[in-house]
Amino acid sequence: MNTLQNFSKGLIKENPVFVLVLGTCPTLATSTSVINALGMGAAATVVLLCSNIVISALRKIIPDKVRIPCYIVLIAGFVTAVQMLVKAFAPALDKSLGIYLPLIVVNCIILGRAEMFASKNKVFDSAVDGLGMGAGFTLALVLMATIREVFGNGTFMGMPIPVLSENHISILTMAPGGFLVFGLLIAAVNKFSANKPQKSEFGCAGCPSAELCGKLSCESEAKEAAVSD
Amino acid sequence: MTKLIVILLSAVFINNYVLSRFLGICPFLGVSKKLDSATGMSLAVIFVMLIATAVTYPIQFYLLTPNNLEYLQTIVFILVIAALVQLVEIILKRYMPSLHKSLGVYLPLITTNCAVLGVTILNVQDYPVNETTSFLWGFTQSMVNSLGSGLGFFLAMVMFSGVRSTIEGSDVPKNFKGLPITLIAAAITSLSFLGFGGVIENLFA
Repeated sequence: MNTLQNFSKGLIKENPVFVLVLGTCPTLATSTSVINALGMGAAATVVLLCSNIVISALRKIIPDKVRIPCYIVLIAGFVTAVQMLVKAFAPALDKSLGIYLPLIVVNCIILGRAEMFASKNKVFDSAVDGLGMGAGFTLALVLMATIREVFGNGTFMGMPIPVLSENHISILTMAPGGFLVFGLLIAAVNKFSANKPQKSEFGCAGCPSAELCGKLSCESEAKEAAVSD
Repeated sequence: MTKLIVILLSAVFINNYVLSRFLGICPFLGVSKKLDSATGMSLAVIFVMLIATAVTYPIQFYLLTPNNLEYLQTIVFILVIAALVQLVEIILKRYMPSLHKSLGVYLPLITTNCAVLGVTILNVQDYPVNETTSFLWGFTQSMVNSLGSGLGFFLAMVMFSGVRSTIEGSDVPKNFKGLPITLIAAAITSLSFLGFGGVIENLFA
């Protein structure tokens, strides 16, 4: 796989939000406005890039048994650094992202890429993968935020749009609108990738902590899925 | 006392963790397929939220704040929660095997659940009253908020597993099968919680 493919797979083919369905919480919560979405995407990309580089560099040193706690500590360190930077240079963004900024620690995308990619690949490849996944996450967030802000609030990046600003559907910027737009977008993705194998069910398989909870219903779920297919 | 009831009820209905704050969506979509696993997961979440708050609240105000170490909050909280969950699991396994059997399998999953980290961080935050003043929650209020948040999660999970069992048997357009229809059902469920806005404050005002 060359570098370009490695980067671009995160954008569309393996988009972390629409195809891998990781990191749903920040996607739903911070896509109320385009500015928030860009801020969240940038913050998560920085953390993802740094954590992928460091975890990949340390992949031979970290013992296999305690790798998840090690990853979490590294990720939490980078999140704290990003949190301090945002607080210092973009206090307004810090206020509007609020609790979701520290919660990047438990964002499945970051732990997922550490576990699935960075722990098995070279530093450069991991960095490219981190950038690609981060860009894909940002793209998905901005796409959702554009729909929600334009139709829900009648503005785009704060600028009012002539007709829509008087006739906005404010429910779209509220919680139910988040679920609705996300559902419709995933349905659209399913439609356009109809001939490819699609992820039809939100199961345990893609979850980075699947191994941790191996005892849970993953196996029974997999069996059920096999039966229903 | 009235204040505590207001905190509890608003945590359950108005600021519902899943349906209006978007925390803990993964278990909400992943484990809500069957009623018994939904119940088990939510009971484990309530349990972990309570003990996590009981431990992280004193850490924040007796260890981090006096020593000007607030910036370590994220790292310390996630590590404390992870260690705590492991410890609780070991204790349950040894002394309460029956409880471990029903809750134990969900415990490791909760370590990296954003609802648990979210509730501990929100509990130690300032709540601005106006431009210049803000107040902090006391320990009791924090515990009540955690209980309410857990109960809200429980309510959302149980309601949604009912909704999903209805979806299972219905004829859904091809592209909406699976996750999209689940999310749209979640939107409608979340819509029903929107109606509680402003009710609780006015009930006791």
